[in-house]
Amino acid sequence: MRRVVITGSGTINPLGHSVPETYEAMREGRCGIGELDIRDVERLSIRIGGQVRGYNPDHRFNRQQQALYDRFTQFTLIAAEEAIAQSGLEFSGHVAAESGVVLGTSGGGLNTQDENYRAVYEEGKNRVHPFIVPKLMNNSAASHVSMNYNLKGPSFTVATACASSNHAMGQAFWLIRSGAATAIVTGGSESMLCFGGVKAWEGLRVMSKDACRPFSANRNGMVQGEGAGIFVFEEFGHARARGADILAEVVGFSMTSDAADIVMPSQQGATRAISGALKDACIGAEKVGYINAHGTGTAANDKTECAAVSKVFGHHADEVMISSTKSMHGHLIGGTGAVELLACLMALNDGIVAPTIGYEEPDPECALDVVPNEAREAKVSHVLSNAFAFGGQNAVLALKSP
Amino acid sequence: MSGVKERVIEIIAEQAVLEPSDVSLEQSLEDLGVDSMGLVEAIFSIEESFDIQVPFNANEPEKSDLDISSVATVVATVERLVAEQAG
Repeated sequence: MRRVVITGSGTINPLGHSVPETYEAMREGRCGIGELDIRDVERLSIRIGGQVRGYNPDHRFNRQQQALYDRFTQFTLIAAEEAIAQSGLEFSGHVAAESGVVLGTSGGGLNTQDENYRAVYEEGKNRVHPFIVPKLMNNSAASHVSMNYNLKGPSFTVATACASSNHAMGQAFWLIRSGAATAIVTGGSESMLCFGGVKAWEGLRVMSKDACRPFSANRNGMVQGEGAGIFVFEEFGHARARGADILAEVVGFSMTSDAADIVMPSQQGATRAISGALKDACIGAEKVGYINAHGTGTAANDKTECAAVSKVFGHHADEVMISSTKSMHGHLIGGTGAVELLACLMALNDGIVAPTIGYEEPDPECALDVVPNEAREAKVSHVLSNAFAFGGQNAVLALKSP
Repeated sequence: MSGVKERVIEIIAEQAVLEPSDVSLEQSLEDLGVDSMGLVEAIFSIEESFDIQVPFNANEPEKSDLDISSVATVVATVERLVAEQAG
């Protein structure tokens, strides 16, 4: 079976506009969540979020590009530029034909939908810009990456709500491992912080009004974020032959479905996904030093996730570190697993485990080492990244240091 | 406050898939088989029916303004919120 490695990483998210900036924020346990600055925020009861700050699209994209690139596509292209530059890959000839793009998103061009529904419903306009459809479609980010970098192999978008990115990266892993592709640009992007996007989440009554405090007994819900994380996954022999720097090896992936409830998480579904990833990677739980948790900060997720980890890890559950970086960048929904994979790479490459910030009170139902409030130095050789979506769709990745 | 009790019972009955006449004030929502999603939907219906805001976070129901320990407490909370938020 072919081996798969990561040779490039890129991001723009509430913690920074690049991977180095994001690592610095994660090391420092900085919080990127703040007051939402969006139109009609005064009509929302949830007014905080992890917004990408200091970003001006005019500095990155011209008018013609902005007519086609929704905010989630802009984030994707910015992160992809960083990742592909780091990989040093150039896509031409047979490499281009054997390379593709697999991205996760949940809302796609939701800002574009929001703005244009306003125009026709609220403002009563009878005309919208001609490119609304190609701008809002969920696959537009994947298409623009493919077009901009000449990626001519398999390209598509995966939508499994909060697990979209992990499902996407799992597909990328499989495409390369099976021989169907040489390199895949993968990860995910989300930009749901608009009036309609937040209003819909508000209705579920699971959002926090003050902070995301995963695993803390006084947690009171999730906080939305936005941004993108993009990686270059590449066949190991190909990467080695060209002398590429290898950031990590992807060694396992597992997907399961709860087949139970549309919103409530299930311990059995999560347990099977975690143990499935270990089995696929042919490693025992004792090898794993760090787990990037799904850790949404809701009452239900965090206790279910901890129970699932305890079940799979047994005695070793007391030794493994598990943190939720959503406490810093918020829940990026379809892009969240991708930005969170950066915490995994930081642990493997720099020996620094990102903290769960905002941790205030121990919860007996989350009695694991959640790396509270401060990053920790630790030598870690294997990591897992969990994602458990609404709809009961779970995806767990296993990575190993190069 | 006329009508509040009847309308709240109708809303809860709808979520419990019961006739309003089968819902009694002492029963809890749990007794009636209203789960967390049913509760959130019932709150939405209450807000729409009475044009009020009902502060409720599913992560910490005990800290919410809405006392869901029985149908009677829900009715009392709604009557209070209607009075407070009138006009």
